[in-house]
Amino acid sequence: MKNKFSLFVIVIFLSFCFVIFYKGLNTPNNYTPKVNEKKNIPTFKAKDFYSNNYVNSDNIFEENTFYIVNIWASWCVPCRTEHPLLMQLSKNQSIKLIGLNYRDNFNNAKKFINDLGNPYSRILIDKDGTLGVEFGAYGVPETFLIDKNKDIIKKFVGPINQEIVNEIKLIIK
Amino acid sequence: MKVLKIFIILFLVANFSELKSAETNDILKNKILKNIRCLICQGQSVYDSESEFASSIKLIVDRKINEGLKEKQIYQFLREKYGDWVIFDPKLNKNTYVLWLLPLLLFLFGGAIIYKKIILNKNNKI
Repeated sequence: MKNKFSLFVIVIFLSFCFVIFYKGLNTPNNYTPKVNEKKNIPTFKAKDFYSNNYVNSDNIFEENTFYIVNIWASWCVPCRTEHPLLMQLSKNQSIKLIGLNYRDNFNNAKKFINDLGNPYSRILIDKDGTLGVEFGAYGVPETFLIDKNKDIIKKFVGPINQEIVNEIKLIIK
Repeated sequence: MKVLKIFIILFLVANFSELKSAETNDILKNKILKNIRCLICQGQSVYDSESEFASSIKLIVDRKINEGLKEKQIYQFLREKYGDWVIFDPKLNKNTYVLWLLPLLLFLFGGAIIYKKIILNKNNKI
């Protein structure tokens, strides 16, 4: 009886370890912050790319409009691949695109926009990356979808693709 | 002359206290940075990392300390942005209770085994 009980405890313990390790091996080690969590947009002050004047976040985001905040840089290769899709999205009347130029050289960024086109209704400068942190970004490119109530409803880490564009179009419809 | 001396002493005292507060802020900043995980090089703390993300976080923490935010408030700010995982020292919640309670359970389990082996065997011998 005693041996049976010990065996039972050992089997339970090993099964528990197996489940833990199996789950651990099946989940990727790299942590990605939650992407579907609803958050308020941060309040901030940032420099406008063209006028060089400081603008307040309250004056950028209006109610009853969908916005996309896209973090980009001229040195970022994936930003080039997603740029035509942003151009495609910018043609949609029900959404406005805000660009966050991340840790970039002004002249390089300007050349990037001149060469590939400007999908943004406004570009803000994030010289030291702190504005990106306020949004909860940790790399580039990252894209945030903001709804009509000024809430961030979705976050896309990495370059957007056609599937994501379709998803965004479906949400803003 | 006396007035000048008093003025110099006051000036030195004011500067000394300013230096002291800057030093305290630096200690606090380093303590916080050592407890924040870099999301780019995930095994490292922000303090040790040279990534762009880490340098932005260093600036943010510095700014928040200067704004007068307390250590807990800064952790809370980062938790809201990146989740619990960004802090090396996780809080007790529904996702981490196994992490916190498992060592205690193992300790009790081990204790029970030792008790059974040593104490009960001793009693049996007597």
